[in-house]
Amino acid sequence: MNLAPRQTRPGEVRGDHKVVASLVPYGARVLDIGSEDGALLDHLVHERQVDGRGVELSQAGVNRCVARGLSVIQGDADKDLSDYPDDAFDVVILSQTLQATREPKKVMRELLRIGKQVVVSIPNFAHWRNRMQLLFRGRMPVTKYLPYEWYDTPNIHFCSLRDFVELCHALDADVEKAIALSATGNKIPVNAPWWVWNIVAEQAVFLLKR
Amino acid sequence: MPADSHNPAARDTVKANEAETPSSKLVRFPAEEPLELDSGIRLGPWQIAYETYGTLNADRSNAILICHALTGDQYVASTNPVTGKPGWWHLMVGPGRPIDTDHYFVICANVLGGCLGTTGPATLNAETGAPYGLDLPVVTIRDMVRAQARLVDHLGVDTLFAVIGGSMGGMQVLQWAASYPERVFAAIPIAAAARHTSQNIAFHEVGRQAIMADPNWRGGSYIVGGVRPTKGLAIARMAAHVTYMSDESLHQKFGRNLQDRENLTFGFDADFQIESYLRHQGMTFVDRFDANSYLYVTRAMDYFDLAQEFGGTLPNAFANTKTRFCVMSFTSDWLFPTSESRSVVKALNAAAANVSFVEIESDRGHDSFLLDVPEMFETIQGFMIGAAHARGIPAPGEAR
Repeated sequence: MNLAPRQTRPGEVRGDHKVVASLVPYGARVLDIGSEDGALLDHLVHERQVDGRGVELSQAGVNRCVARGLSVIQGDADKDLSDYPDDAFDVVILSQTLQATREPKKVMRELLRIGKQVVVSIPNFAHWRNRMQLLFRGRMPVTKYLPYEWYDTPNIHFCSLRDFVELCHALDADVEKAIALSATGNKIPVNAPWWVWNIVAEQAVFLLKR
Repeated sequence: MPADSHNPAARDTVKANEAETPSSKLVRFPAEEPLELDSGIRLGPWQIAYETYGTLNADRSNAILICHALTGDQYVASTNPVTGKPGWWHLMVGPGRPIDTDHYFVICANVLGGCLGTTGPATLNAETGAPYGLDLPVVTIRDMVRAQARLVDHLGVDTLFAVIGGSMGGMQVLQWAASYPERVFAAIPIAAAARHTSQNIAFHEVGRQAIMADPNWRGGSYIVGGVRPTKGLAIARMAAHVTYMSDESLHQKFGRNLQDRENLTFGFDADFQIESYLRHQGMTFVDRFDANSYLYVTRAMDYFDLAQEFGGTLPNAFANTKTRFCVMSFTSDWLFPTSESRSVVKALNAAAANVSFVEIESDRGHDSFLLDVPEMFETIQGFMIGAAHARGIPAPGEAR
């Protein structure tokens, strides 16, 4: 279940997928949680030659993934990660899904248990556009990137980039890399302190290690 | 009952011949090369009847084994010599089909305990010269797989590119993956389970009791007596057939429609279309299947509990497996429900195996795997292409 709107034409690789892929070593054993239609996993299999598996919540998504030759099962990040043994994968990826889980902390703990490395991408709720909407309109933010009304959003656990980093500290996970992205998934090519990214980045990708 | 054009006596002769000297290919193993059974008995001489389709490539990497279900046979993609009907999975297997015989070398064997050429209760016992009847040792799913492995050896194939089957065929697929992990590159168990449930055993017991209650069964030695427990076997089939469909599909197909009549007759004729349909299913089944075989093969399914062989822990059956799995179930299948497939997937995940799992929307019950279900074909096609790439062999349509 990938909640970012798709902004690519067929055949084109999404910006955030390219960034995620850049963090995955060649030939790694990878679990992609929230595979959607398999675009990221397909990219990883072909560009990084990974031994890739996927977990996807929607059965329709799973069926599309398997029909394109990917190893994907129907499953729920909140419930089914406990099936996997410790260190089962070199890299576990949770792409744009954490904010939709019931227990993000528990999910994060499971990711760190089954993956030697963890790649998480999240939308930044503290982006300046969101702040403006809340401050001046007094309304829950609705943007092109996060297009849902408060009552129909699948995103039930929003956080800012700083919040997420705090969670990583609480879980004793090392943030090896953090890459701030614009809404279109392009890297923001400036070195800036955290509080700046926390305002200007619409999403970010983190590489974590236990 | 609908009028039938078939001639039962002629069919009986054909069937008896097929049990001993089948129209298909056959390997006979002499007494010195027995089959070691789970019961501890060494069965020999024994024979296995099979069909092949397509051509084995030079490096012997394109062989696929298809495992058939309870009442299936080796004629997966060619005309059944007893019924004259097309192969039972001709929608799936054949030139240009999802399992493309222009590209793969497909093997399908009659199961041990069956009645179309592989050693079963209708086979002549070399010691007595009479059909085995109940003197044949009880066989298991693992015994069936052992027999298939001997056939695969005989054909000079070391690693099978894929082992594929539905229902009892899916049980064999799981057993293959557990017993010979290094010989199975990809495994597709469809509408299957790693064990037969209490409910499954219960339905089989009803069928067996129907057969054994038929006075013509004669303790299993009916062939010698020149009779056949057709009534019992037909009832067994009728009961089983209901479990292969769904409430929804029965309702759509028959509803409460009456059979060739305007009103209820206030009697016990087949007033309803569903009754007539089931009677027809029972009647045609006895023309092509042996009652004792039905006892043996249902028993093999009942005894199946893969975890038990591995200390009661299913993931142990797949420890360190390199096989790629594609597990498949159907929404309306209540005989081998999705929950059973999910347990298999859970165990495979616990073994960190490479697994895909697809539940397919179908209202046609357990039998869906035999029917025209496009999503199943697409899934298998996609999975097979992925597996072919991983194996380093060209997929259908790609240059060789």
